[in-house]
Amino acid sequence: MKIHSPIDSGPPHAATVLARTQESPTIFTLKLQLDDAAAQAAYRFAPGQFNMLYLYGVGEVPISIMSDPGDRSGIGHTIRALGRVTQGLSALQPGDKVGLRGPFGRGWPLQEVGGNDIVLVTGGLGCAPVVSVIHYILKRRERFGKLVIIQGVKHTEDLIWREQYDRWAKLPNTQVLVAASQGGDKWPWHVGHVVELFSLARFDPTCATAMMCGPEGMMRAAADSLLQRGLSPMRLFLSMERNMQCAVGRCGHCQFGGAFVCRDGPVFSWNEAKSLLGHRGF
Amino acid sequence: MAVTLQPSIKPRVAVHKFSSCDGCQLAFLNLGEDLLALAERVELVHFAEAGPLDPDTDVDVAFVEGSVSTPEDQTRIQHIRQHSRLLIAIGACATSGGIQALRNGSNRAEWVAQIYSHPEAIDSLERSTPIANHVKVDFELWGCPVSGPQILAVVNALLLGVAPHDNADKVCTECKRRNLTCVMVSHGVACMGPVTRAGCGALCPGLGRDCYGCYGPAENANTDALAAQFSHLGLTPRAIARRFQSINSQAPVFLAAADKVRARDD
Amino acid sequence: MTSGFEHAGFLSVEHLNSLLAGLRANAYQCLGPSVVNGAIVMRELHTADALPRGLQAAQTAGQYRLTPDPENRYFAWANGPQAIKPQAFVPQESLWRAERDESGVLQFVAVHPEPARQAIIGVRACDLAALALQDAHFLPDTRRDAHYARRREQLFLVAVQCAVPAATCFCASTGDGPTPTVGYDLMLVELADGFVVVPGSDKGEAVFRMLELPAVTPQQIEAARQQGLEAAAAQTRSLPSPDLREALMKQLEHPRWDEVATRCLACGNCTAVCPTCFCHAETDTPVLDGRSSEHVRIWDSCFGESHGHLHGFNVRPDIRSRYRQWLTHKLATWHDQFGRSGCVGCGRCIAWCPAGIDLTEEVAALTAGEAQP
Repeated sequence: MKIHSPIDSGPPHAATVLARTQESPTIFTLKLQLDDAAAQAAYRFAPGQFNMLYLYGVGEVPISIMSDPGDRSGIGHTIRALGRVTQGLSALQPGDKVGLRGPFGRGWPLQEVGGNDIVLVTGGLGCAPVVSVIHYILKRRERFGKLVIIQGVKHTEDLIWREQYDRWAKLPNTQVLVAASQGGDKWPWHVGHVVELFSLARFDPTCATAMMCGPEGMMRAAADSLLQRGLSPMRLFLSMERNMQCAVGRCGHCQFGGAFVCRDGPVFSWNEAKSLLGHRGF
Repeated sequence: MAVTLQPSIKPRVAVHKFSSCDGCQLAFLNLGEDLLALAERVELVHFAEAGPLDPDTDVDVAFVEGSVSTPEDQTRIQHIRQHSRLLIAIGACATSGGIQALRNGSNRAEWVAQIYSHPEAIDSLERSTPIANHVKVDFELWGCPVSGPQILAVVNALLLGVAPHDNADKVCTECKRRNLTCVMVSHGVACMGPVTRAGCGALCPGLGRDCYGCYGPAENANTDALAAQFSHLGLTPRAIARRFQSINSQAPVFLAAADKVRARDD
Repeated sequence: MTSGFEHAGFLSVEHLNSLLAGLRANAYQCLGPSVVNGAIVMRELHTADALPRGLQAAQTAGQYRLTPDPENRYFAWANGPQAIKPQAFVPQESLWRAERDESGVLQFVAVHPEPARQAIIGVRACDLAALALQDAHFLPDTRRDAHYARRREQLFLVAVQCAVPAATCFCASTGDGPTPTVGYDLMLVELADGFVVVPGSDKGEAVFRMLELPAVTPQQIEAARQQGLEAAAAQTRSLPSPDLREALMKQLEHPRWDEVATRCLACGNCTAVCPTCFCHAETDTPVLDGRSSEHVRIWDSCFGESHGHLHGFNVRPDIRSRYRQWLTHKLATWHDQFGRSGCVGCGRCIAWCPAGIDLTEEVAALTAGEAQP
């Protein structure tokens, strides 16, 4: 599994907001560039890794990187404005400055799964860490088999990047399955739990890799369903979310059993995560 | 929904007083050099204790000290709310009714008659109540009085365009960060630190004294467990109830704790 | 340990000040035990006369009292409210600073601490075991914590064998005491008329040579060994096994977690006095002029609300899950992280719990009926 180390272990690097996109009433995307040219040139990441973004005077938050690692024009972060830092970040405009440390953690095992069918399962804003995988695969389409994108949301308005899902659905060898727990007008996709879509997914379980991100209960249900279809637990991966303050396995907040999610994750194999996944309190 | 201002503006700020001792306003005045920096970054339009007087103008932030204790307080707080974008309650009086709320459980007419030679001159409400009982409060800063660093943290957050941080941790966290020795364990005194909000910097334990709960209840305040330990230390139920019935007697968590101890005593 | 004693010297009681002089000659500021507010804490020590001679520390669940030591020894108090954790992992320190100019351009400046060289006198075996765990956490080969490293390398550790364990001590059952075996620069064993002095490092050897002590006698070595054995035997508490990983992780839904949650104050005192707890928060303190902001790390606790805070919900909203997180981390999942338990048997979490919760009692209740090795 390819892991990129942070450019250094010191304080953040200054970065500039190149562009800001409002994705939904509460979700926005920032495209950032490191101010120091040498740092920008040295910066590499793998899909699934994250950065610590610093808002002046307020603090840092861990945000996964959603852009393509080959795209050198900037580093993309899709963020939901919920806490103090993310609400502050949502007010930033092009030209504004932030701090950036990273990249941190272990990303998706994309190098190792060439030739496989890829099943991506996401819930809510869990789609952000997985969207980088979609970008990665679509740019290197010949390396992979079928691509199945399964996305669940609670409310129809929670689905961001709707046009992208429409576009992906029209690509060859690609299947897009979307569900909303509560439907609405002009909702073209399934109404119900995302797990109900699994029977429609077309992939070869003997030669497929699944990657999941979203609420832990949803991931557990999705894993049960995928494993039942014959997917090997060795080929099932998920990305976890926990409180992270240092990003280097030191501050202790992100502990999940014996693992430090920031350092040992956020991507885990099913066997690593299964014992405590969804267990309230861990 | 967010308790925020535009980071670019120089906010207009008012400091209002209700039924209180003025101690929380002093937390502003005691900021020293920071008060000068504050005056640079905000426009203080009303702060009677410091000079500026303009209670009726529109402001971005109104800091409100004191409880609602008189009919006049009731109308004035409505007026202030209508003219303030954000309203921040500061101090025990504003957040729980304060020390004067000790009267809430008693018969007002009776004690007024006992204390004052002209009871008819007293125009107070039956109960002293926190600001949030009367108008929407955007943020509460607990403490008797609030501390300078707390005030600065709130002002800094608002100037940065983000919501103030609500620290509901226990006094013990600040006590241990100061490397202080637990007075309950080493002296057997009934310290309220384990159920009380941080913010004072463990002022009393730093002087070898037990915390008396002036910052109000912390999150997940296990008052039953603390009452049990106070009993173990030899306090009578009456004494335990009094520990909870002090500066923040009407804070629901402390009031319930005292009621529970008294009920067991009966 | 055996070879250590054989290279030891003997320092008579009346020459204890020469040890302090030797440390100062090696440019160390001396920190030693001192009575402050009814407890023994580490403070700057100028003379051996200032040591808390003739005191024991009587400790039970939720209670700590200093009592007279009939034998008038220097180190008859088992331990105080803090180990040496705050010397290397300080409760509050700035990691870096963000500076912002009028146009909003940011610059980040690393903050480097410049701690004094400190010799700490009176370090216990449990404290050394705990420090080794803190070292493992903050100084892994791959990513050393610069702030911790800087403070840690300035420390000179004068350890002391525990002769009088407190009722809360159980280091014998965790395998970490009462006689220090590794991790010290010098080790003292207090006998009736003086101290067996054992060097444990090159730094310690340098000070040891300066003292020009007479060699210890076989009788003194035997007395020191015997004293350690007796102190171990005198301990009244214990953990059922040094490895409780499986035993505890099997009991995640045990009703005892609910029961202990009714007594636990979630005040975090146990985590603050625990010499191995390493959790810390990172927080920002901006200066009011809007030009700079300090990024500070402060001790944090898994008993606090913000520890499990996550976008939109809290992983551990209630006391039950916080206590369970603490205990299972300390005694179970710690093995996954560091290859051993996170408990060194110092008993501080028992004595300094304002509610008097006893870790050994909770473990016994949680694992009752389990076959123990």
